[in-house]
Amino acid sequence: MFSSLLDTSFSLNDLWFMLKGAGVTLALTFWAVIGGTLLGVVFGVVRAVSPWWINAPLGAVLDVFRSVPLLIQLVVANSFKTIVGINWPPFTVGCVVLALYMSAYCTEIVRSGFLAVPTTTRRAARSLGMSYWQDLSFIVFPIALRVALPSWIGLTLGVMKDTAMVWWIGIVELLRSSQVIVTRIQEPLFVLSIAGLIYFLMSFPIARLGARLEKRWRENE
Amino acid sequence: MSIDIQDVHKSFGSLEVVKGVTMTVEKGEVVSVIGGSGSGKSTLLMCINGLEPINSGRILVDGTDVHARGTDLNRLRQKIGIVFQQWNAFPHLTVLENVMLAPRKVLGKSKAEAEAIAVEKLSHVGLAEKLKVYPSKLSGGQQQRMAIARALAMSPDYMLFDEVTSALDPQLVGEVLDTMRLLSSEGMTMIVVTHEIAFAREVSNRVAFFHKGRIHEIGPPSQVIGNPQQPETIDFLKSVL
Repeated sequence: MFSSLLDTSFSLNDLWFMLKGAGVTLALTFWAVIGGTLLGVVFGVVRAVSPWWINAPLGAVLDVFRSVPLLIQLVVANSFKTIVGINWPPFTVGCVVLALYMSAYCTEIVRSGFLAVPTTTRRAARSLGMSYWQDLSFIVFPIALRVALPSWIGLTLGVMKDTAMVWWIGIVELLRSSQVIVTRIQEPLFVLSIAGLIYFLMSFPIARLGARLEKRWRENE
Repeated sequence: MSIDIQDVHKSFGSLEVVKGVTMTVEKGEVVSVIGGSGSGKSTLLMCINGLEPINSGRILVDGTDVHARGTDLNRLRQKIGIVFQQWNAFPHLTVLENVMLAPRKVLGKSKAEAEAIAVEKLSHVGLAEKLKVYPSKLSGGQQQRMAIARALAMSPDYMLFDEVTSALDPQLVGEVLDTMRLLSSEGMTMIVVTHEIAFAREVSNRVAFFHKGRIHEIGPPSQVIGNPQQPETIDFLKSVL
């Protein structure tokens, strides 16, 4: 233990430590994206179809999540949890805050995708005898998905990097684990390059998937 | 069996666009509606299948009051096909899927049945070669014919056409009019809002001239177009012919 503290070269153990951090980053991203997207779809559709007296308050609440820095949201939520006596581990707090944060952005993406479907196209669907819900399921959602996907991919990649903020509430993820190693071996450039490479390897498949779907849809449309 | 329009008024806010229109279209008839922009022709079509509510009056389709509280509009619309000025293709579906969608989801046909219907209707409008293509790869005229096939796939009793050639390049107008001629020759009941006066004269049993939200003149084309009685009709025809 003592000797490893004094050891100033990068070891396999360090790499393993960073990969475990990357696992935490991935897990946080996974739950934030799942929760944020589900909430974002619900809020986005509600915002697109509801009257101002539902739309305006919902928009205002979501604006708070978009305007207050994520760091502050995490710290406030973590303290608030203690005050009201909910006994969540920091990881859960991190997931919930990140999901809400993502949902606020996702709401606007979903809403604009929804509103991008021309009214005339929806009228054509209704004129064929389709119900409101059939119009939503078979016309509006598929078209809105194609409009919203590029922004959603961008948001997901952004959230993956934003997960680094959770170290403020005591979670060791990829960036925090890198910092721990930098403190010991004093090689920030080298360690952060490895961390950057790991971030890239995690982001790349998502970006590629998005680009592939976009290409396929563009060829058709 | 008829579309019976009784003293219909329709406003958008304080602007009254349809000011008391009464007209009956019998089964098997082709009625063309002509008139200047903003005369309320298109709005009236939207009211017939309940896409727009009305302020007063009644519209009966085969005796069913379109705007009555208990009317199942989704059901009623199955027998009234409508084709719009903008063809409104569903961009994420192939031509075949565009036409199959409503028979499958609304009429509950099996995939094979819906496909058979769609292939038949698309062949009828001359698009048998384009089944697997996406709408963006079609010309405007082809997209409009696809929209006609899509409406026909529901086996409607009535077809409404809302200026279907207005947004088309001139050289594409003919193919769409040919498709409509074909339908009228098969006895389809049609209300055709159009600026194509020659076409209206050729295919219609009756022509209605709309002016400022009212029908100023209605009768056989030989009268309304050939020998108009009202000064407004004469002025309008002078301006378009």
